[in-house]
Amino acid sequence: MADLVCEDLSMTFTNPQTGAAVHALKDINFTLKKGELLSVLGPSGCGKTTLLNLIAGFINATGGHAKLGGKTIEAPGVERGMVFQQGALFEWLPVSRNVDFGLRMKKNNPEENVRLVERWLDIVGLQGFGDTPTYQLSGGMQQRVALARCLINDPEVILMDEPLGALDALTREKMQSLVLELWKETGKTIMIITHSVEEALLLGERLFVMAPRPGRVHKEYRLPFAERGLKESLREIKHDPYFSEVREEILTMIWDMEEEIMGRA
Amino acid sequence: MLEWLSDNRASIAAVLILAMIGTFVWSIVIGRRQARLTANDEVFGDPVRTKGGWYWAVCGVSTLFLLWSYYSWGVGRAYFPNAANEMCQIAKLEEAVSPIKAALPIGSRYFKSTLLASRNSDQLDDLEAQLEGTVFVDAEKSELLDVIGQVRELIANSSNPNNMGEEPKAELLRLAERLNELSSYVDAGPIGLAPSDEALAQPKWGTTFTEIPILPITERGMLFDTASVEAAEIAAAFNKIRNKFPANDVLIDDIKTRIDALKEINKSGEFDELERADREGYVKAVERIFKRLDDGLIFPAAALEDVGTAIANLDAAASDAQGGLRYADALFFPGPGIVKSRTQCTEQGPARWLPKPTDVVATFARLANPDVESGGGYRGFPLLWWDWLPIADVVAFFIPDWIADVWPGEYASHGPDGTITPNFKDKLLAFAQGDVSLGYIPMLDGHIWDSLFRVLVALGLGIFLGVPLGLFMGVSRFFKSFFDPLIELYRPVPPLAWAPLILTIFGIHDDGKIFLLFMVAFAIMVISARTGASGVLLSKIRASHSLGASDRQIMWNVILPNAMPEILTGTRIAVGVCWGTLVAAEMLAGTTGVGFIENIARTVSDYELIWVTILIMGILGLVFDLIMRWIIKKTIPWRGMG
Repeated sequence: MADLVCEDLSMTFTNPQTGAAVHALKDINFTLKKGELLSVLGPSGCGKTTLLNLIAGFINATGGHAKLGGKTIEAPGVERGMVFQQGALFEWLPVSRNVDFGLRMKKNNPEENVRLVERWLDIVGLQGFGDTPTYQLSGGMQQRVALARCLINDPEVILMDEPLGALDALTREKMQSLVLELWKETGKTIMIITHSVEEALLLGERLFVMAPRPGRVHKEYRLPFAERGLKESLREIKHDPYFSEVREEILTMIWDMEEEIMGRA
Repeated sequence: MLEWLSDNRASIAAVLILAMIGTFVWSIVIGRRQARLTANDEVFGDPVRTKGGWYWAVCGVSTLFLLWSYYSWGVGRAYFPNAANEMCQIAKLEEAVSPIKAALPIGSRYFKSTLLASRNSDQLDDLEAQLEGTVFVDAEKSELLDVIGQVRELIANSSNPNNMGEEPKAELLRLAERLNELSSYVDAGPIGLAPSDEALAQPKWGTTFTEIPILPITERGMLFDTASVEAAEIAAAFNKIRNKFPANDVLIDDIKTRIDALKEINKSGEFDELERADREGYVKAVERIFKRLDDGLIFPAAALEDVGTAIANLDAAASDAQGGLRYADALFFPGPGIVKSRTQCTEQGPARWLPKPTDVVATFARLANPDVESGGGYRGFPLLWWDWLPIADVVAFFIPDWIADVWPGEYASHGPDGTITPNFKDKLLAFAQGDVSLGYIPMLDGHIWDSLFRVLVALGLGIFLGVPLGLFMGVSRFFKSFFDPLIELYRPVPPLAWAPLILTIFGIHDDGKIFLLFMVAFAIMVISARTGASGVLLSKIRASHSLGASDRQIMWNVILPNAMPEILTGTRIAVGVCWGTLVAAEMLAGTTGVGFIENIARTVSDYELIWVTILIMGILGLVFDLIMRWIIKKTIPWRGMG
C-alpha cells in the first residue's frame, strides 16, 4: 500500500524582513493510489511547485503532513524520484554515469549497473548514447536521460516539475508518449506539474486545478485520455469533442483566476 | 661553433634583418590580399573579423624585431661593423679638445672667463650689501669695503686686453697655430696610416663585456686617434696658460695681506662665540671669491678669438674627414652616439639600455650553458639543468627532527674509550637530518628551477588547503562567516607588503618565499572554490538528494566537479600572480632564482642580463598560461555548457 497521502498540508512562507506571512498552500487533502497518474495545473503562484517540493522533502510543511506508504515525509529520499524542467543533469559526466548516479551513490555492484544502464537507455530510446557527454544532447534527449536516471533507482513515486516545459512542440509530443509508456510499463505513481492545459489533460488520469491565495485544490477531474493515449495517437485525442470541452472549461477557470489576481493587485 | 656564432654576430644579424624586412613586406602583401578577399563578406563589428590573421601576427613580430634591432643599434652594427670603433676615435678627439671648448662659447653658452667675472661680481655685490648689517666696527667696515673694491679691480684688470702680458698672448697664438696645423693634418686624410696588429687583434664590437674596441682598426680611425693625441697635448698646454701681469701681482699681494690682517683680528680679538663666527664667516666669503680670481683664469674675450677660430676650423675638418660615417651615425645610430670616458668608449642613447637581439641571444646562450666550470650559468649555478639529489635530503625534508627527540630513550654518549656507539635514537636522528645514504635520484636544478619549484610548491599547498576550505565556505554558513573576515582582511594587502615581514620571520631561504606565495595562492583558491561551490544550480543539488546521495557524496560528486571551472580559472590566475610576486620577492632577498639574477644585474647595470631575465620571465609566464589553458580545455570541456 504505497499510497501518497496529503493530510491538511499547509505551507506558510514568512518574509524575513517584513514578517508578512504568505499562505502558499492551505489544507491540501488528497490520496494518490499506487499507479495513479496525476497532473497538477494552475495559474502562476498557486503553489504547484511548493506542493511538489513538500512531497519531495526539499522543504518542510508548516502544517499537516504528507505520507508515502504510511511514512511521514521529512527529507528527500530515493523512493521519490524527481525530474526537473532543465534536466539538472551532471554535465561533467557522460550519459551512462548520469543514469547510474543513484546506483553508484548506494554502492551498487558495478557490473549490475552496466546492465541496468543499458536496459534503461534502451527503454528511453537512447541506446548507444552511453558515452556521449550530456551537453552534446538535445533538450529532449537530456530529458530522456533525466527520466532514466530517475527510474533506474526504482522509486515508488515520480515527481515531475514541468518536465517538458522547455521542449519544442514536436519533441514535447514524443516525450508525452514516452511518459505514458513508462507509466504503463512500470506502473509507478506519477505526479506531473505543468503549465500546459493540453498536457495536463493528455497525461492526467487525475487532474487537479489549483487556485492561488491561499494555494488550494480548486477542482479535481478524472479523465480517460491518459488510458486512451496508450493506444491511440495523442493528436487524435486532442480532436475529441470531450477533450476540447474540458480544455475550454479549465482554460476559462484559470483565466478567471488570473483576472482575479490582476484585479486584486 | 658557439664561438664562431658569437664572433660573427654582426653578420648573422645582417642576414636576419634582411630576412625580417622580407617577412615584413611579404606579410603586408599577404594581409592586403586577404583583406581584399574577405572585404565583401563581413560588416564592421562582426566578430568574425577578428578570426585568423596569422600574417598580421607575422607582420607585428617582424615590426617589433626590426624596431628592436634599429633602436638597439643592431641594424647599425650589422651593416657598419666598424662604425663604433671609428666613432670612438672621433669621440677621443672630441674628448681631447673638450677642455679648450669648455673655455670658449663653443662647448658652452659663455666664455668660461665671462662666467667667472659675472658670478664673482654678483657675489661681491651681495657681500657689499650685507656689510652694513654685520658686527664689524666702522673702521673694519671701510677696510672690507676697500678689499672688495680691490677684488673688483682684479676682475677689471684681467678683462682688459691692454693689460695682458706678452707671454700668454704669444702662447695663445702658438696654440691657435698648432690647432690650425692639426686641422690641415685631419684635412689631408689618413695618408700612410695603418692600424696596428694589436688593434686588429681586439675582440669585435659587442662580443666582450668591454663593448667597443678602443684602438683604431681603420685608417680613418687612425687619423682621428693620432689627431686626438696632438689635441690632448694642445689642450694640456692651453690649461697651463695664466693671464698674469705685474699690476695684478701687486694687487693680489696687497689683498692677501689685508685679508690676513683681518683674519688675525678675528682670531685674537675678544669676541663672544656668535660674533666671532659672524666675523670669520664674512671674511672667509671674501677670501673665497678672491681665491677664485688670484690664479689668472680670466682672459679678455678678444684674447681667445684666435683659438676659437682654430677650434671651429678643426671641427669643420673633423666633420669633413668623417665622410659617410656622419650619415650612418645620424641614420642608424639613434641617440647621442658614442662617448669616450676615461678608459672606454660606450654607446649612449637607447643602445645603452636596449641590448641588440643577437647580444641577448648570446648572453642567454652563455647563461644556459650548464657547464658551470667553463663560465656557464650564473654565479656558479646553472640556469636550468639537472643534478643528482640525495634521497636522504628529500626524506629529511618531510621528517622533522623532533620525532627523534620524542622517541623514548636517550641519545648515546661517548664511552670511556672516547668512541660512540649510536643507538636506535641516534640513527633515527641521522635519518631525520638526512645524514644517511639512501641513493640518489635525478632532479632538476638551476635558477629557473628554483623559481619554478617555489611557485609550484606554494601553488600546490594553496590548492590543497584553499580548495577544501573554499568549498566548505560555499556550502556552510559557519565556514563562510567564520573565515570570511580573516581572508578578506589579509587578501587585499598587496603580497609585497607582506614580504618584508615574512622574509624577516622566515629568513631568505625558500620557506619564506614559499609562504608568501602560498598566502597569495591560498586566498585566490579559497575565493574561486567558494564561488564555484555556491554557484551550483539548486536543482542539481536537489536531484542528487533525490537520487539518494549523502552530504559527503554530494560534496565530492556534485559540488566539486561543478566548481572545477572556477577552481581551474582561479589556479590560472594564481599561477600568474604567484609568478609576479615571486620575482619581486627574489629581488628582495635570496641567492638563487630568476629575480635574484635580475637584481644583481641591476646593481651592476648589466642591461643585457636584465633583458635576458625579463625575457625568461615573460616566456615562462606565457608557458605557464598556455599549460593552464590546455589543462582547462582538456579537463572541463563542459564549461559553460551545463
